[in-house]
Amino acid sequence: MLGTLGPLLALIAACLFFASRSERFLTADNLSIVLQQVMVVGVIAIGQTLVILTAGVDLSCGMVMALGGIVMTKLAVDYQLPAALAIAAGIGATTLFGAINGLLVTRLRLPPFIVTLGTLNIAFAVTQLYSNAQTITDVPAGLTTLGNAFQLGGSSVVYGALVMLALYVVAAFALSQTAAGRHVYAVGNNPEGARLSGIATQRVLLGVYMLAGVCYGLAALLSVARTGVGDPNAGQAENLEAITAVVVGGTSLFGGRGFVLSSLVGALIVGVFRNGLTLMGVSSVYQMLVTGVLVILAVATDQFSRRVAQRGES
Amino acid sequence: MTPRLVLQARGIVKHYGHVTALDGADFELRAGEILGLIGDNGAGKSTLIKALSGALVPDRGEIFVDGARVQFRTPSDARRAGIETLYQELAVAPALSIVENLFMGRELRRPGFLGNALRVLDKRRMLEESTAYMKELGIGIQSMKQAVENLSGGQRQGVAVARSAAFARHVVIMDEPTAALGVKEGNLVLDLIRRVRDRGLSVVLISHNMPHVFEVADRIHVARLGRRVAVLDPKRVTMSDAVAVMTGAMNPEQLPA
Repeated sequence: MLGTLGPLLALIAACLFFASRSERFLTADNLSIVLQQVMVVGVIAIGQTLVILTAGVDLSCGMVMALGGIVMTKLAVDYQLPAALAIAAGIGATTLFGAINGLLVTRLRLPPFIVTLGTLNIAFAVTQLYSNAQTITDVPAGLTTLGNAFQLGGSSVVYGALVMLALYVVAAFALSQTAAGRHVYAVGNNPEGARLSGIATQRVLLGVYMLAGVCYGLAALLSVARTGVGDPNAGQAENLEAITAVVVGGTSLFGGRGFVLSSLVGALIVGVFRNGLTLMGVSSVYQMLVTGVLVILAVATDQFSRRVAQRGES
Repeated sequence: MTPRLVLQARGIVKHYGHVTALDGADFELRAGEILGLIGDNGAGKSTLIKALSGALVPDRGEIFVDGARVQFRTPSDARRAGIETLYQELAVAPALSIVENLFMGRELRRPGFLGNALRVLDKRRMLEESTAYMKELGIGIQSMKQAVENLSGGQRQGVAVARSAAFARHVVIMDEPTAALGVKEGNLVLDLIRRVRDRGLSVVLISHNMPHVFEVADRIHVARLGRRVAVLDPKRVTMSDAVAVMTGAMNPEQLPA
């Protein structure tokens, strides 16, 4: 129980701390900035959660997202494709990368860590080559709509943040209320047992990596909407931040344990720390330091609680 | 009159590279019996079980369910033929609840739009069915929603046995169901196995624990060097003779018929 509530308490504690340090922190404007900053990482973290729940990890997430952003902006700008088609092609590209990851993990039985370390580099190289390492500007409005804001109770909320929240609701529903979702947990918790129970474990894994790809594509769309450009160097911070968000949220790297909504909490924790420390005038190097400590703390908690659980069973 | 055979295998051969795991093994399981399956390490027990449960495809040999020839490519094929298998150590997902483990791989969906289109699980019905079923089998557990890892070893094994028995139509194969359990918990599982048989199912019990096998088995299949060397009647053969046959120290023909 502490495992699920802990991150939420940490988030509340962090908010209280920063609110006491900076008057601006709890203003509606600032909180909407936090949400806006978190939305890209948050959506990547949904895909990452799925992968980590199967006891895998996707190191390629940010780079695949960058590729998706380049594909959609380049098609829209250079080839004048309608926005909807360009977006679909971008998501298609990220889904394809997810499928490659999934096929390498399931067919060749390679460890996800190594597979995605490989595709991380491949996706980065393809992105640079395809874009000539140039940022794509003059992106048509169709691709940046989700970056627009609407007024809510005196503060502005970006549509993209709503998209993120909606995706979390859908993912949480699917994971907890459908057989496919429970199979993701079963495969992560006991792959051989799941297979012997008649679950098509290979298909579950492939599906998870492809859905993760879809998430990275949607994150790419949010990233383009937020920055207004197609950036070949996007996703580099988000790559590890998404993993951090999942782990800080309390999902176990050993698979089968965790909740997708905790990853939202994890993403918010990382975002709040970043924002709060900036408001306090702490330099970004220290922000990285704090993030690093958070990750180690989260993994240590996971390990510790597992050890306690195991001691209980013998 | 010969008893009805629910599961039968003839001349099963399986090689792993240069190693011959099964060398023409035969197998016969009668309706409504508990068949003990014993053999030394490397006798081919596990390989035989995997062939019978679809977890591996034998190189040669025939398998019959209710007299009809079958070919299992996957565990699901065997399951469709009414054969459930409980594997040693592998049976449950520890972080998932008892209900989820009982229904793993065959979850119930809500009726109507929610179930068909949105594929929403019918958690309440699964909970009700699990509770009723565990009660019927005499496994006392307070909350069916707790994670399996919070149960004792015996209870956990009880969940695994219950799961395989719940879905079997003909046969339940149990690989070392009492291994690593205390005396009391072991007896609990043995009782459970009897109750499963009394529900009309046939049970194959693989175990290294001779007293357990002799306590519940109706007949005992002895595997040795990839073959079946004898089928013993536990009421007429002593435990030490069974072990002697199993290890090759005694020729089965020396036994009382």
